[in-house]
Amino acid sequence: MLNKQGRQTDIATASRLSAGATTTHSGNKGLEQDELLIYEIGDTQRCGVDLEEVGEFEDRLGGITRDNEIGLAGLSEPETMRHYTRLSRKNYAIDMGLYPLGSCTMKHNPRLNEKVARLPGLSDIHPLQPISTVQGALEVMDMLAHWLKTLTGMPAVAMSPKAGAHGELCGLMAIRSALDKRGENRSIVLAPESAHGTNPATATLCGYKVKSIPATEDGRVDLVALKAALGPDVAAIMLTNPNTCGLFERDVIEIADAVHEAGGYFYCDGANFNAIVGKVRPGDLGVDAMHINLHKTFSTPHGGGGPGAGPVVLSEALAPFAPVPYVIHGEEGFELVEHIAEDSDSFGRMTAFHGQMGMNIRALAFMMSHGADGLARVAEDSVLNANYIMASLEDVMTVSYPGPCMHECLFDDRFLAGTGVATLDFAKAMIDEGYHPMTMYFPLVVQGAMLIEPTESESKQSLDQFIGSLRHLVAEAKAGNKDLFSGAPYFAPLRRLDETLAARKPVLRWRKSE
Amino acid sequence: MRYLPLSPSDRAEMLAKIGVDHIDDLFKDVPKSALLKEPVDLPLHMSEMQVDRDFRALAEKNIPAGSHPFFCSAGAYRHYVPSTVDHMIQRGEFLTAYTPYQPEISQGTLQTLFEFQTQVAQITGMDVANASMYDGSTACGEAVLMARRATRKKKAILSGSLHPQYIDVVKTATKYTDDVTVINPVETYFVDDLIAQIDDETSCVVVQNPDFFGNLQDFTALAEALHARKALLVVVVTEVVSLGAVRSPGSMGADIVVGEGQSIGNGLNFGGPYVGLLATRQKYVRTMPGRVCGETVDADGKRGYVLTLSTREQHIRREKATSNICTNAGLCTLAFTIHMTLLGEKGFRHLARLNHSKAVKLADKLSCVDGIQVLNDSFFNEFTISLPLNAAKVIESLADVEILGGVPLSRLYPNNEKLSNQMLVAVTETVTEDDMDRLVTELKELINAK
Repeated sequence: MLNKQGRQTDIATASRLSAGATTTHSGNKGLEQDELLIYEIGDTQRCGVDLEEVGEFEDRLGGITRDNEIGLAGLSEPETMRHYTRLSRKNYAIDMGLYPLGSCTMKHNPRLNEKVARLPGLSDIHPLQPISTVQGALEVMDMLAHWLKTLTGMPAVAMSPKAGAHGELCGLMAIRSALDKRGENRSIVLAPESAHGTNPATATLCGYKVKSIPATEDGRVDLVALKAALGPDVAAIMLTNPNTCGLFERDVIEIADAVHEAGGYFYCDGANFNAIVGKVRPGDLGVDAMHINLHKTFSTPHGGGGPGAGPVVLSEALAPFAPVPYVIHGEEGFELVEHIAEDSDSFGRMTAFHGQMGMNIRALAFMMSHGADGLARVAEDSVLNANYIMASLEDVMTVSYPGPCMHECLFDDRFLAGTGVATLDFAKAMIDEGYHPMTMYFPLVVQGAMLIEPTESESKQSLDQFIGSLRHLVAEAKAGNKDLFSGAPYFAPLRRLDETLAARKPVLRWRKSE
Repeated sequence: MRYLPLSPSDRAEMLAKIGVDHIDDLFKDVPKSALLKEPVDLPLHMSEMQVDRDFRALAEKNIPAGSHPFFCSAGAYRHYVPSTVDHMIQRGEFLTAYTPYQPEISQGTLQTLFEFQTQVAQITGMDVANASMYDGSTACGEAVLMARRATRKKKAILSGSLHPQYIDVVKTATKYTDDVTVINPVETYFVDDLIAQIDDETSCVVVQNPDFFGNLQDFTALAEALHARKALLVVVVTEVVSLGAVRSPGSMGADIVVGEGQSIGNGLNFGGPYVGLLATRQKYVRTMPGRVCGETVDADGKRGYVLTLSTREQHIRREKATSNICTNAGLCTLAFTIHMTLLGEKGFRHLARLNHSKAVKLADKLSCVDGIQVLNDSFFNEFTISLPLNAAKVIESLADVEILGGVPLSRLYPNNEKLSNQMLVAVTETVTEDDMDRLVTELKELINAK
């Protein structure tokens, strides 16, 4: 028998199964180690820190001392190290392989960015230190603002929103404030069917009703339907561009013009900015507000769900309504405007302090490393990679809309018709192939959606391997090998989890058994 | 370009496979007028060493807290974070993973979240906690909206001693919903004064403990008065270390507890990223915002964890979701959990006692200085002092002699003349007795030089 490298392997494969042992005493399987909760390992007496002794003193807690046991489990330092190291090995991560989650932009996270974000002069500074002692920090904010404004062709940016959805809220608040100032009480926000769930949720928080705009057969906003929906009651359109089908909205300028003509504003969801960064400036497309997910396009680590950052670029018309705080150039250096002056139109404050400074530093380091030339290359390579995947799979999987696509390509489940394999099963089988699944069942406009975003971080070799795996899975599905899918994953730390049980009887914390 | 793996020949081969001649053929849907012909007007790419050097130069322009005696607080606290924490959160399996939507290959993140939720529920004295919010202030805004969903009433009363920036965030969060937000003046924060304002429209009263000025109160009577009117008590905690020494909001009858978790595991970072905590009673679980992790079993019956109750969330419920939040504070919750695990019950309580004892010591030292008055009857690790001088100017003068002496109240209340001579001073375990003595000596000199 030949191995993958073409070498002869004559040694018989001795599996534990053929040796008659299906389980181990420990429950572990070699490097695959089970791990209990800290509450099952440690106890309230164990401790992994040494603190200086506290002598007797009279407390000043006003008679509300905590006397009862909290129940926190402690571990010594080596136990802590081992516990979280073992847990970490149960995660998939961009450091381990291609992470094709469409709309999420899982790209390489350079460690330089982690390093500079940890310089004491940038990390160990308090948000309310005297302004004279944080000039470098304000300069970072100002530099990042300059890069963002230049890359988007927009005149202003609000730096404090803490994530994409927070940025959406910031943008819609600015829009509503601008309309208030005009004395107009518009009540509707338009959003295409393919919009991210955050768009309608945000519009509701701003007191708007959401009206859905249908898509055309080629996966773009139906301009005729849009124009018909526009009127004196429409405050804004929320449009992702490139859209969530991975397509550039060809009519975007006409859409912007139509919205403006009807007195509304154009909010652009910037989640997919990676496809056009350095190549297209949203300001040239008629955008009034757009958030930028620094944790997508500018590679601040996703960290298992956060933290992110969502600065919002604003047009001339919306800039006066931006929230505090913001940095200005003063006579003696940078100043931070933290309070709203009486004659200001600012809509308020979105968060305590000044936003996600730690993320700002990482994003700026990413931008400076790439430069104007490298960022355009980022867009080009991410689009090239996605189109290469599409071209390499279109004969076996069903492409939802004809290309070229932008940085992600959309397939639907028509190619699985008659195989008994659903999108979910197909995706779970990818786990056994060593990949994180693509985004599934989103966008909602196609049946059984599979949205693949490779990003610019992947080599051709990596893409070819991925394509090979998907082609193999398609062949297996078509050959009727259903169990390969319905039981997947077989090779992950856990098999498929019972999500219905979790929701029906929620167990959301550990408790001491009675 | 070190981050981009494709070579020119790769690109050519791939374009050929796609069937186009030039990369811009793939951008053919972009209106011609909008496709840039040249790079934007920004510097070109740089080596790692050069970028590193530029950031060092920027860092040099700041004065890091650790280089001087340091007493600043007001919602962000400088604690010592054990080395294990920062090492562990930089493991690529944690750092570079996405939200754990695929539980089979995300148990590391999910089990940690389950531990996090348990720790937060325990220290706040509540039944359950979610998997985090952006920070304490936005969690506070979410709590007010949640109280409205839970009570179907719209009037939120905010205590006068709630962090002023938290008040501003609540104002923003409720600006275009039809909630009514009652904002009290700074003097109005005592339980009796707040009880007097409760009516049948009230959804919740929001208090902070220790409050913005460092004072502690027992809110049991307030909780009882609220519950009698079918309204909720929301307690904000900006310094979670206090919960190792002070009675939990849960034991006082709180219905929702929100907090800033930065003190545990997370550095100052000039204000972010931090970690918002949100905990509540079992009966309000389905009105909570944000992600929640729950226990379940896999196909082989093995215990595992998943994100659950997602029918509350935007990606399922869209305009009917409990919140628009998607990304949360992931990695900061991991830092919180690891630090809290190292502390355990014993360390957490010890840390709290150490902070309090040091704060008592400094308060006593300052009380002995002519002209300085400690205004708090009770406090945990921060308190307010009044000076015979403008506090903002004092802080500037202290910075000139390399002391970061605290936060002048005028920084947060610029229009309140009565507070212009007052400042917040905090003492954590990082402050030495020498640091305290230097602060006291310099303050004496500034007062005497008046």
